[in-house]
Amino acid sequence: MNSWFDVGSISDIPRRGARCVTTGTMTVAVFRTADDKVFALEDKCPHRKGPLSQGIVHDGCVTCPLHNWVISLETGRAQGADEGETLSFPVRLEGDRILLSLMPQTAEAVIAAE
Amino acid sequence: MNREKLVIIGNGMAPGRMLEELFEKAPGLYDVTIFNAEPRVNYDRIMLSPVLSGEKAYDDIIIHGDDWYRDHGVTLHRGARVGAIDRVAKTVTAENGIVAPYDRLVIATGSLPFIIPVPGHQLPGVLAYRDLDDVEKMLDIARNKGKAIVIGAGLLGLEAAYGLKRQGMDVTVVHLMPTIMERQLDPAAAYLLEKALTERGIAIITKADTKAILGTDRVEGVELKDGRILDGEMVIMAVGIRPASALARDAGIAVNRGIVVDDGMMTSDPNIYALGECAEHRGTCYGLVAPLYESARILADRLCGGNGEYGGSVTNTKLKVTGINLFSAGDFAEGDDREEIVLRDATAGVYKRLVLKNDRIIGAVLYGDTTDGSWYFDLMKRSVPVTEMRDTLIFGQSYQGGTTLDPRAAVAALPAEAEICGCNGVCKGKIVDTIAARGLTTLDEVRAHTKASASCGSCTGLVEQLMSITLGDAFNPHAVKPMCGCTDLGHSDVRRLIVAKQLKTIPAVMQELEWKTSCGCAKCRPALNYYLVCDWPDDYADDYQSRFINERVHANIQKDGTYSVVPRMWGGMTSSSELRAIADVVDKFEIPAVKVTGGQRIDMLGIRKEDLPAVWADLGKAGFVSGQAYAKGLRTVKTCVGTDWCRFGTQDSTGLGIRIEKFMWGSWTPAKLKMGVSGCPRNCAEATCKDIGVICVDSGFEIHFAGAAGLDIKGTEVLGLVRTEDEALEYIVALTQMYREQGHYLERIYKWAKRIGLDEIRRQIMTDAEKRQGYFERFVLSQKVAQVDPWSERVSGKDKHEFMPMSELKLEAAE
Repeated sequence: MNSWFDVGSISDIPRRGARCVTTGTMTVAVFRTADDKVFALEDKCPHRKGPLSQGIVHDGCVTCPLHNWVISLETGRAQGADEGETLSFPVRLEGDRILLSLMPQTAEAVIAAE
Repeated sequence: MNREKLVIIGNGMAPGRMLEELFEKAPGLYDVTIFNAEPRVNYDRIMLSPVLSGEKAYDDIIIHGDDWYRDHGVTLHRGARVGAIDRVAKTVTAENGIVAPYDRLVIATGSLPFIIPVPGHQLPGVLAYRDLDDVEKMLDIARNKGKAIVIGAGLLGLEAAYGLKRQGMDVTVVHLMPTIMERQLDPAAAYLLEKALTERGIAIITKADTKAILGTDRVEGVELKDGRILDGEMVIMAVGIRPASALARDAGIAVNRGIVVDDGMMTSDPNIYALGECAEHRGTCYGLVAPLYESARILADRLCGGNGEYGGSVTNTKLKVTGINLFSAGDFAEGDDREEIVLRDATAGVYKRLVLKNDRIIGAVLYGDTTDGSWYFDLMKRSVPVTEMRDTLIFGQSYQGGTTLDPRAAVAALPAEAEICGCNGVCKGKIVDTIAARGLTTLDEVRAHTKASASCGSCTGLVEQLMSITLGDAFNPHAVKPMCGCTDLGHSDVRRLIVAKQLKTIPAVMQELEWKTSCGCAKCRPALNYYLVCDWPDDYADDYQSRFINERVHANIQKDGTYSVVPRMWGGMTSSSELRAIADVVDKFEIPAVKVTGGQRIDMLGIRKEDLPAVWADLGKAGFVSGQAYAKGLRTVKTCVGTDWCRFGTQDSTGLGIRIEKFMWGSWTPAKLKMGVSGCPRNCAEATCKDIGVICVDSGFEIHFAGAAGLDIKGTEVLGLVRTEDEALEYIVALTQMYREQGHYLERIYKWAKRIGLDEIRRQIMTDAEKRQGYFERFVLSQKVAQVDPWSERVSGKDKHEFMPMSELKLEAAE
């Protein structure tokens, strides 16, 4: 089962920014990059659970506001010397609508799909 | 011979090319009839822009003249718009009454310009830019010169703007998005293009949303949603096109956005095909000529019994504005699995960016030098692995296969009279000789003694190579610590160049200073944002997405993702009503912790982000503004009670503290700035470990600075003694501005002072009245835009999106 939820329009998110989607049990951060790509990660840094939605978005990454870990938007993996991984969710654009799936994908699956 | 009848609706470039292919493959196979809504033959629509600009005439752009139709036995009905297709009788009927039967029908109706339905859009003088009629109307209005407004800075809009400018009109382009041609260009290339167009006298307004077109009998101007009004006698709508599919839809043919076709260009009716901008293939409607020509070839093949399949196209774009070279193709978005090769040559105005994935080019943006556009495009289309030539790929095709040169060898081979620094006219011999004669070892010394690379800095690389050749291993060009991985320049160089080159946007800095990444990182973006806010208070628009979260939401993020809020208490003074208001807010929002801070104010901790605007609204009603406890800016001015109450007080330290805080709040500084004013040398306000402090004495005010009481502990240095409170304020403000202009981002004032030298600071602030006055005035100027309470702005709705979830999904329990 993989159902898609319409969570908003791309214009709801500032470029190089993020907005949150709450599900009752979890918060998902939906990011929009400078070139209008969207990505979704659980709003929780693998390091100390910092809210990634509040970080600075640059290239394909977000820098966590708590301790500056850099997390890949695509795979949820910590970059550089840090190790850890946050849940990543399939998200896609249909026109300007953002569709989010709540079935997490592993970094391996994301990489394999390329 | 009874030939099959092929009827074509539309006489644009796509069916024209299709017929050429068809006549070549199978001449005489069909009896061909064309209906053209325009009263013309087939002409090159891509060349409309040169017609508009006057660089070409209509005759120059005709593709098929009358004799072509005659030679191929084609019946062309000009000015005949088809009104209906009867799929049962297999006929088409034109609005002028002509009926034609068909065996095979090709719909090639093209596209319609999208007209934004704002009030006034039907006024005479509002034009689209699609065909020769539009161009003729534009040229007619342009005869009287006057002003034109182009809505939409895409390919067509910019070409129209350029053409009208060439016709002597005053042209303004308004564009909804922050950068122009955002579909084809990344922000860096868009910046260069915008700059080039502006230099050609075309005004460009981005982030401009059209509210209405003004005028009674005809167009008089445009009103934007931000209230701005632009005058103009002509408005060109160039915001996009949509496939002209109504005719097909009325005939019951499957239509999505365009007329749906399969890989053989066939519609849902097997006798009917669609071609060109009206067709939708695999979900894509194409608007550029190359893919249309590709699909035209497939259709021609099908029409003579072949089974060619159209697999979709990769497209590329070129802008036809004389003197501007621009090429873009493919997908140039960033991604983890992608690599970029970027070449910037600021002086020559060249920007090249290749995006690679799995060792193949998937996107390219070229500005300034587009010679290799077609080569890259070819490598991209053919998906050629570029591993072998990767090192020299960005230099273009002519560099392939040759040996790679050591760049130092080229510099070493230059003659002594070769000019190295164009700005200051310094040649190689002078630099080499001066290095030897004076024993120079650093770039700064070479700049000081020869002036080479001391202006625009674009020859810095050459100068460094010369130093390296002359000094050998003694020279370390990387002695300057770069700002971050995105550049080799240090903070000082970046600040100097921002001012010297008048760089006023982040993309401008990144382009001109040859940034190695396309949009920076979490280290350089906040720094650049600060430098631009500081250096161009009037011109620069703060980039929120380049600010750390605390400065974006005006509160301090805590380890659990909640926030703390600190209202200003001027000079540490408060009152029962303020305390009561704080108590009420704490109760109402169930704030879990309240603490008195070291800066004499009250911190409320553990507030949920979504509650922040409501908390501020309540605090605002009690007269509180943000304490900016999160800012790289003025934090607190701590005071003692001074002569008001204290038996030892020598001056009104509380009053001075409040005055300083009210004068300086809201200002951004390289790092946080904490102050203190003590009423006597007993120093109860602990002013001698602050960034800037004042010790009041009988004879006046002793100004201190460069203290630290954090990671480092350091007593302040004395700046000097002034006699009056007015002077104290002026000197402190001037000192702050000097630090604002010279400090590196995140460099506290004591570190800056150590770098600059205490004596130099004393000289500029205490003894050089002109310098001091200049600093003071620049600070005052920047405060005009800085002193806006961020909390009340957000209570009134600014950045509303920051505080609310975008969506709250209510999930059914999975049972």
